[in-house]
Amino acid sequence: MKRLSVLLMVAATLAVSAGGAYAQKRGGELRFAVSAEPPDYDCHAATSFAFIHPVRPHYNTLLKFDEPKYPAVKGDLAESWTVSKDGLTYTFKLRRGVKFHDGSPFSSADVKATYERIANPPEGVRSIRKAAYADIAAIETPDANTVVFRLKQPNASMLTNFASPWDCIYSAAKLKEDPKFPLRNVLGTGPFRFVEHAAGSHWVGRRFEDYHVKGRPYLDGFRAIFIRDTSARVTALQAGEVLAEFRGQSPADRDKLVKALGDKIEVHESPWVCSLVVTFNTERKPFDDARVRRALSIAVDRWQGAKALSKIAIVRHVGGLLRPGYELAAAEKDLVQYPGYGRDIKKSRAEARRLLKEAGVPNLKFKLLNRNVPMPYTHVGVFVIDQWRQIGVQVEHELPETRAYISNLRGGNYDAGMDFNCDAVDDPNLQLAKYISADRSPINYGRYNDRKLDALYDQQKGELNPAKRAAILREFERHALNEGYTFPTIWWHRIIVHWKEMKGWYMSPSHYINQDLQDVWLDR
Amino acid sequence: MSTATTAITYKVPKRRHPVIQFTMTQPLGAAGLVVIVIMAIAGFFAHIVAPHDPLDLDFGAMLAPPSWEHWMGTDAFGRDVFSRIIYGARTALAVGFLASLAGSGLGAVIGVASAYFGGRIDMLIQRFMDILLAFPIIVLALAVVAVLGKWPVGGLDVNLIIAIAIPMVPKVARVVRSSALAIREMPYIDAARAAGYGHMRIIFRHITPNVVAPFLIMFTAFIAQAILLEASLSFLGLGVTEPTAAWGLMLSGASQEFYVQAPWMIIFPGLAISLAVFAFNLFGDSLRDWLDPKIKL
Repeated sequence: MKRLSVLLMVAATLAVSAGGAYAQKRGGELRFAVSAEPPDYDCHAATSFAFIHPVRPHYNTLLKFDEPKYPAVKGDLAESWTVSKDGLTYTFKLRRGVKFHDGSPFSSADVKATYERIANPPEGVRSIRKAAYADIAAIETPDANTVVFRLKQPNASMLTNFASPWDCIYSAAKLKEDPKFPLRNVLGTGPFRFVEHAAGSHWVGRRFEDYHVKGRPYLDGFRAIFIRDTSARVTALQAGEVLAEFRGQSPADRDKLVKALGDKIEVHESPWVCSLVVTFNTERKPFDDARVRRALSIAVDRWQGAKALSKIAIVRHVGGLLRPGYELAAAEKDLVQYPGYGRDIKKSRAEARRLLKEAGVPNLKFKLLNRNVPMPYTHVGVFVIDQWRQIGVQVEHELPETRAYISNLRGGNYDAGMDFNCDAVDDPNLQLAKYISADRSPINYGRYNDRKLDALYDQQKGELNPAKRAAILREFERHALNEGYTFPTIWWHRIIVHWKEMKGWYMSPSHYINQDLQDVWLDR
Repeated sequence: MSTATTAITYKVPKRRHPVIQFTMTQPLGAAGLVVIVIMAIAGFFAHIVAPHDPLDLDFGAMLAPPSWEHWMGTDAFGRDVFSRIIYGARTALAVGFLASLAGSGLGAVIGVASAYFGGRIDMLIQRFMDILLAFPIIVLALAVVAVLGKWPVGGLDVNLIIAIAIPMVPKVARVVRSSALAIREMPYIDAARAAGYGHMRIIFRHITPNVVAPFLIMFTAFIAQAILLEASLSFLGLGVTEPTAAWGLMLSGASQEFYVQAPWMIIFPGLAISLAVFAFNLFGDSLRDWLDPKIKL
């Protein structure tokens, strides 16, 4: 009986696979819009979706996210892997027959060279995610198809790190010749080879005929078209000039496209691993006083704001320091216990006024530094300024252009700032990096040091038991929100509208992942 | 031989108050002035006139169409459009008046000085004015805003006013210079020189009062241009910032997303800008006709 069940399962799996294989169509060029374009071509130094959308299809990573089963990971260049019981050794078996686009063979040496470049970048090479690999003690290559990572201490996020879309695997030979080779060249093992980048216009990739996954990619190629203006992008989508835009649409644009195109399009929605946070410059008075920071946090009615702003902006969810819906995030019953998340806003505002009075600043005035990008920065900025007005605080809204905004935020030239916390994946190590001490985190713009937060951060990072890790995370959140150095406003909501003829693409809570286009096909 | 004498009688016309005279001879200009005065009063007493606080968010009335409660509807944040237009008049008129005053004033001084000194100084000043004139107004203002950044004083951005004023300078300087060139040749200027008066005294006491008419005309005409420029810069995100009530700003941001669903978000601020510009232009043109003796003849 047991054998029969197994046989039936195998038969069913084969039938589904066969059916799937027959359903996909080969050929065609996928045209999609990107609202900005990459300044250079080095994955390890990049941070923007404008980079990942055109560049990712040229590369593979060691692991990648299993699209329909996010946040589960699966092998990309790794065929299989094992993790030692103590969590200190990760052994990957690599796929055979993989080639770079120039025909050279891929081996474990390429993985080693890539991760050494990320973890310990040579002089002149920028590695943004270096800290995520600080626990790596050694990388060994016992043979051409095996790579072993030895860690100094357990790291609960290590497998997620290995699936990062930014960790493009480069050719060891090319890196040896020139460590800056990827900055101006695109050479990967991915499903599409690079054809051209016409600055200000488009980016083109063509199918890599020697791609190691048989029958993939389905597309002949892709063309990323750079369209900066939002209304022009929506018009291009509406006209069918592009079939998709993978960052996200506003609710108004979604409604416009649904009205115009009806059942020709598909709409996908998901909470987004992005939030706008308010950060206080704790080196400036009165923001060095926790009572002032807490007052400003608890005066914000996140529940009402989320409901209202979701109608006009790409924000919708009330959450703590981790994305609402993520398995390690705080549930609503925990959230309402945190300062600033209570349901009784009148009571919270009375407390906020009391705190400001106690701190000696009942008629507080300050400037809110925000980014000159309407969606959703200005919308959320207008919202929090209104919330603060209701406790008698007057705020001037400063909206410099992006370069000045970032420079002021990094340089501490602000009172309070609207900052963003966007990541490729749900991972406490990534999302909490903004909250740990400034002398440890380059993205802490609050300029404070809090050793309790640092200790809790390290504790959760090394905790491999999810339940125990969640408990530490709750303590971290409670302390961070009590201190109020930086507090989340409203979490983003991702809306993707694409033409139905584009198939095989999966929605995710991040606009950085699921973009290698390996399984995407056109139903024409 | 007898000599016939004819008695000629002169009827001295009754001297009317200048305002009545202006209204009788320039009815369109007077209408423009009425609109300007109404806007100025509404803007000045906005806190009394406006039915709602322009900054109050009302999430229960987002994108509400015009009604008794909200005469011109509400915007994406539920803010009352009518109240924001009234408060916006304060921003528009203050920026327009101050920018025009600064631009026209500086232009007049440069124009008079250029005409008075003549020679190499005149040549240098005029070539510099040519350079400024070579830039389209909006491009020049954009560049100035980008370089200077923001300098908020009393709710107004001083650098925005400077940015709007600078493109006006060469235009006023040209017109005033041409008037001053004629005045420079007058005998009383020679007399003042002969009496040993200093340049400053001659420029400010003897020439400047005589170029007040063209200055006034340019000044009123440029208020309209300044209002339009302020609205354009705010629309482009370089003027005043949210949540301040300003007409140009009301046309940008969320309005661009919801103009189909809520057209009142753009129609009423657009009308306010048009009406203000039209009123100042009518008044400026009429003032020119009224003050120019050649046109009176």
